[in-house]
Amino acid sequence: MSDEEAPKIDPVTGIATTGHDWDGVTELNHPLPRWWLWIFYGTIVFALGYWILYPSWPLISGAVGGVFGWHSRAAVVEEVGALRATRAPMVAQLAGVPIDKVSSDAALFDFTLAYGRAAFGDNCAPCHGPGGGGARGYPNLVDDDWLWGGTLDAIETTITHGVRNENADSRPGSMPAFGRDGTLTAPEIATVAQYVRSLAGFPVPSGTDLAAGKALFVQHCVLCHGPDGRGKRDVGSANLTDAVWLYGSDFNTLVATITNGRGGSMPDWSARLDPTTIKALAVYVHSLGGGE
Amino acid sequence: MNAVTPIAGQDDETPFYEPHQKIYPQSVKGTFRRIKWAVLVVTLGIYYLTPFIRWDRGPGAPDQAVLIDLPARRFYFFFIEIWPQEAYYLTGLLVLAALTLFLLNAVAGRIWCGYLCPQTVWTDLFLAIERWTEGDRRERIKNDAGPWTPALVARKSLKHFLWLMTAWWTGGAWVLYFADAPTLVHDLATLQAPLIAYIWIGILTFTTYSLAGYMREQVCLYMCPWPRIQAALTDEDAFNVSYRFDRGEPRMSVKKAATARLRGEPAGDCVDCNQCVAVCPTGVDIRNGPSLGCIQCGLCIDACDTVMSKVGRPTRLIAYDTDLNIRARIEGKPQTARIVRPRTLLYAGAIVVVAGLMLWTLANRAVTALNVIHDRNPEYVTLSDGGVRNAYTLRILNKHPEARSFAIGVDLADARLDVVGADPVDGKPVVEVGPDQARELRAIVSVDRATGDSRPIRFTIADQNDGALVSAADNFRGPGGPR
Repeated sequence: MSDEEAPKIDPVTGIATTGHDWDGVTELNHPLPRWWLWIFYGTIVFALGYWILYPSWPLISGAVGGVFGWHSRAAVVEEVGALRATRAPMVAQLAGVPIDKVSSDAALFDFTLAYGRAAFGDNCAPCHGPGGGGARGYPNLVDDDWLWGGTLDAIETTITHGVRNENADSRPGSMPAFGRDGTLTAPEIATVAQYVRSLAGFPVPSGTDLAAGKALFVQHCVLCHGPDGRGKRDVGSANLTDAVWLYGSDFNTLVATITNGRGGSMPDWSARLDPTTIKALAVYVHSLGGGE
Repeated sequence: MNAVTPIAGQDDETPFYEPHQKIYPQSVKGTFRRIKWAVLVVTLGIYYLTPFIRWDRGPGAPDQAVLIDLPARRFYFFFIEIWPQEAYYLTGLLVLAALTLFLLNAVAGRIWCGYLCPQTVWTDLFLAIERWTEGDRRERIKNDAGPWTPALVARKSLKHFLWLMTAWWTGGAWVLYFADAPTLVHDLATLQAPLIAYIWIGILTFTTYSLAGYMREQVCLYMCPWPRIQAALTDEDAFNVSYRFDRGEPRMSVKKAATARLRGEPAGDCVDCNQCVAVCPTGVDIRNGPSLGCIQCGLCIDACDTVMSKVGRPTRLIAYDTDLNIRARIEGKPQTARIVRPRTLLYAGAIVVVAGLMLWTLANRAVTALNVIHDRNPEYVTLSDGGVRNAYTLRILNKHPEARSFAIGVDLADARLDVVGADPVDGKPVVEVGPDQARELRAIVSVDRATGDSRPIRFTIADQNDGALVSAADNFRGPGGPR
């Protein structure tokens, strides 16, 4: 705006215009009151104060800390601490109650399920899915089929020590690689795979020698899977007669399983979680639907 | 409002800000002033006393008639109790408030602004205190222009003390809506109330003191959106506080008018005494026509009527009227502005419909509700024997002041239903839900291999006392059937 230019006055109202002209349409100048301007300047002063007191400018590594030394992480830690303090009485109660008695106290049971659900989401969901539905190779925790047992105690033990890890107490046993180790030949594996499918009630191609398959099964598989193929929980072997398959029940998958073996691992959670959290997790997992 | 005074010493003659002109509204007596006093007493009475009204809801429930219980997430209003998910009642109330505002606007312009708006009511109260301590308009102008004297300091101090007390009581009444009022009053007095109560009282003391004591008409002119919306909503049939220029112009003094009339020249009834401007709380000259600043409180009507009575002329030179009527009178045509017209009928009809709907839903508000949420991951689970299992989260809402037991069932004849944490009674899981509470449960539905396909499912809860049924529909998911 040039300094020489005097404000244009709108002839109808006698009010100065802003000087903006859109095809002859001008805007009347109604300046803001003084207090409004002061509030505006006040916000600028506030922003400057904020820069000094709180973290503000980003630097190459980190940021300007601010006089108060406030940190969002510290704030979260404080809030989590306050939350823990609120929960402490219920957690203490849960710690003192035997796991099979948790469900007899409705309030404690509700708390434990909520506690367990939160811990499950943080720790278990990446492998077992947010609802415990599992995935290929990661057991479904909602169904009624359990490799190591579905009682509260069995679930608690499995979570505490894990499966096939460096912990000596972890669940043992794994499916050997019969083909890779040279124990069985490819035709033998195909034959026994068809026999295993027949155990679960799947149709087998005509001409399959089920008797030969059974002979191979008795020789190589019953040690872990039992004479009837129902599996053994002390070694975590799968029940081959039911409808639940961890890796899949189709012929090719079975051949791959027998050839290369299987042996998924679960971490030793006692190294990461406290016993009460594990207890809550066990109660929660048990409540998902498959608990025994 | 009209004249913008350029500020001296600026290179550019455009003013940087609008200079503030303090308004000294004069006291006035008359019909509209009396209405305003009555409205003030009633509305402030409601505001300050409502928290102390008791309402018996039985043991365990609060006995305060109007209570916003934030920690428990409940809103109580006499016989009504609202849960957070029923916030649509609040929406309905807001819709009703908006429609009422529109109707008032269609009938008589800014009647809300002039009589009912809290800003107007508290400003009126603060002005009354100001007049009582500092005197009326002339005295206040004189005092403010003159030097500070001990007497003036004393009067001003008294004013600010009374203002602060009023503002403090305003904030004090506010917090009483959020907790048991008598207990909180006791705790506040003995300095045992929660800090948040004092903080809110402080905030509302500050806002009341500054808005009613200092900001006053600035709130209407610069802060409030309603004048802008109102200008777009109003029409030429709405009765507004209007200067009847057909009768008033040309304005002149009583003497001049007498001379002019003798000469057969036109002379209006307006004696140009400026009383209408002196009493105006926003400093508007109503004779310039409708303006954004006019809150249409009608005080200028009272002022003008007083003067007209004194000079022996008919009253209501300023009155609730419409521009349409004034122009019709000038042209000698019949006055056409009417209150009953499609717009007002539409608003009134909408109010009746919304209010009726709200009353109907309130009267039929279910005290039991069941929400069903299907597990999303996994959608269904295959069991060892090939059967199919679905899991649901059931949420049973017991909006009743007593604990109740419900038997849960599903309408799939071949399904097994398990509810985690429920004891079966007569083959059906039964759960207890506490008084005025909601309970979340996990329900597991399993069916055989042969019937494991997707299909609709319906959950039912039966009150164990009276057998009343509430049901909710969902779907059972399986590997086959319609998705």
